[in-house]
Amino acid sequence: MQWTNKALLLVAALGLAACNNPNRYGAGGAGGAGGAGGAGGISSGNLGDVNNPASIAYFNQRVGDRVFFTLDQSTLSPEAQATLTKQAAWLAKFPEYKIIEEGHTDERGTEEYNLALGARRASAAAQFLIAHGVASNRIRTISYGKERPVATCDNESCWSQNRRAVTVLSQGAGG
Amino acid sequence: MMFKRPLALILALALAGLALPGAPAAQAAPLKLRLTQGVIEPLPYALPAFIADGAAATQVAQQITGVIADDLTGTGLFRQIPSSAFISKVTNFDAPVRYADWKAINAQALITGAVSVQGGKVVVKFRLFDVFNGAPLGEGLQFAGPVDTWRRMAHKVADAVYSRITGESGYFDSRVVYVAESGPKTNRVRRLAIMDYDGANTSYLTDGRSIVLAPRFSPDGQRVIFVSYQSGFPHVYMMDLATLQERRLDNQPGTMTFAPRFSPDGRSAVYSLERDGNTDLYSINLSSGQTQRLTQAPSIETAPDYSPDGSRIVFESDRSGQQQIYVMSAGGGGATRISFGPGKYATPVWSPRGDLIAFTKQDQGRFYIGVMKPDGSDERLLTASFLDEGPTWAPNGRVIMFTREAPGSDSMPQIYSVDVSGRNLKPVPTQGGASDPSWGPLRK
Repeated sequence: MQWTNKALLLVAALGLAACNNPNRYGAGGAGGAGGAGGAGGISSGNLGDVNNPASIAYFNQRVGDRVFFTLDQSTLSPEAQATLTKQAAWLAKFPEYKIIEEGHTDERGTEEYNLALGARRASAAAQFLIAHGVASNRIRTISYGKERPVATCDNESCWSQNRRAVTVLSQGAGG
Repeated sequence: MMFKRPLALILALALAGLALPGAPAAQAAPLKLRLTQGVIEPLPYALPAFIADGAAATQVAQQITGVIADDLTGTGLFRQIPSSAFISKVTNFDAPVRYADWKAINAQALITGAVSVQGGKVVVKFRLFDVFNGAPLGEGLQFAGPVDTWRRMAHKVADAVYSRITGESGYFDSRVVYVAESGPKTNRVRRLAIMDYDGANTSYLTDGRSIVLAPRFSPDGQRVIFVSYQSGFPHVYMMDLATLQERRLDNQPGTMTFAPRFSPDGRSAVYSLERDGNTDLYSINLSSGQTQRLTQAPSIETAPDYSPDGSRIVFESDRSGQQQIYVMSAGGGGATRISFGPGKYATPVWSPRGDLIAFTKQDQGRFYIGVMKPDGSDERLLTASFLDEGPTWAPNGRVIMFTREAPGSDSMPQIYSVDVSGRNLKPVPTQGGASDPSWGPLRK
């Protein structure tokens, strides 16, 4: 079993993460206020211009708003740590943003366990950000379990996209 | 009373044959079971259309007869003899029964009834006869209620018939709370819904603006406990079904609560609470709000349920490295692992009879609904598919409902029911997608 504190001992020293995020609007984490909750999870927050390094769009796409996990695990891979390290650096530059760290699972599990597993993932990502300088009072975690997949085919290519933690930015909101 | 035995015995034997080997019910079975070679022949019954007392009752008498037939035949234990085979006509509820006419068409049970409508009320009378013994099986019974409760009266007749023939209580006059689902998988709308056990009389309890999960009936059927994201974060709420008023149960900041279940006396609930990524079990006194932590482990402890006597809690934990089922005292403390087969075991639910625990099993990419004894012995898998999950017991512990979802990016979950024998697997008709059923008690 992998616990958050073990992951924190690892040093993230890799370069850019190789993940791209083709569907960043589908996770109940569309950026802006209200990423969490609501039937749609779609908010109308202003993402800004992706070329503006201070924008949510820049954070989501250039920094990378999400990290991925292997089956049943909440350990942060080297790629995940690299992405979160960049997130922490960006968040240090833009302290006006608060964060909801969303944990998600694939659909190949039972509902209750997946909620708990999603919480582990959200917490692993949040603890990493905190260890890298993000104030803990800026972060709240939430688990959606398997209720908000971004990819819906029936094989590993989709399931691996759904096993994720997404850093959703908001300005002052976030219950 | 002496005439009651043969008819009751035949079906009791059928039920024993469906039960676990070694279950208490098996002791009376062996002799007769050999005759059927393990094949259960549904018991043939005749159900002439209930007599309408007056034109106002014509339609409802037909409808009630139809629901009784659906209930009984739907169990897989009874087979309705088509009315085209009938020799006798039943035109007078109090006229003597011509047993020979029913025996000739091989009816073992005969159900007769009459329906009248008086001042906005429906009155249903019925009698049950043991045809081969030429005698009534129990007294005639009468139910009366508002016209719009006619389905309940039909269910009550069917419950009485089931109960008299099997010697066990029925489950037809009962309701199910569940989650009604619509919209694409990436953005599902989930609403709390309630329906009769057969899918009729659906109504919605929440509006779909917030994700809802895991509704569970209170033992008295008056309340529902469930998970809602209405605050932005998942928490356990309790709703009064009469008023639809709801309140959040646990308010510890920075936590998430989920997987709730009522205790058998309805005075407390057990649930999972997550803090800093770790999930443990808690209980809460529903009147005082006092909470008690039941487990303290770095692993995931979730999906708790009480034994029917309230003394123990069954739950799942991944403390061994993957999900397995454990039993502990209701006050917490040491837990005993009871699942040891290949794969993962989850969502244990204790039968209201106390004799079995139903569960979800995952192994090599397949999902199963199964049952085992509370000590983990005699595991049997009842279903298998791409995704079967979340069993709930009928109030008499003979039938299980669960959620099944087919592969495909457009698939919707559907509620299925299956006999505890593994027979009679079928979908429960619902409006749209449906998941997470919780079967409530037999109504009073």
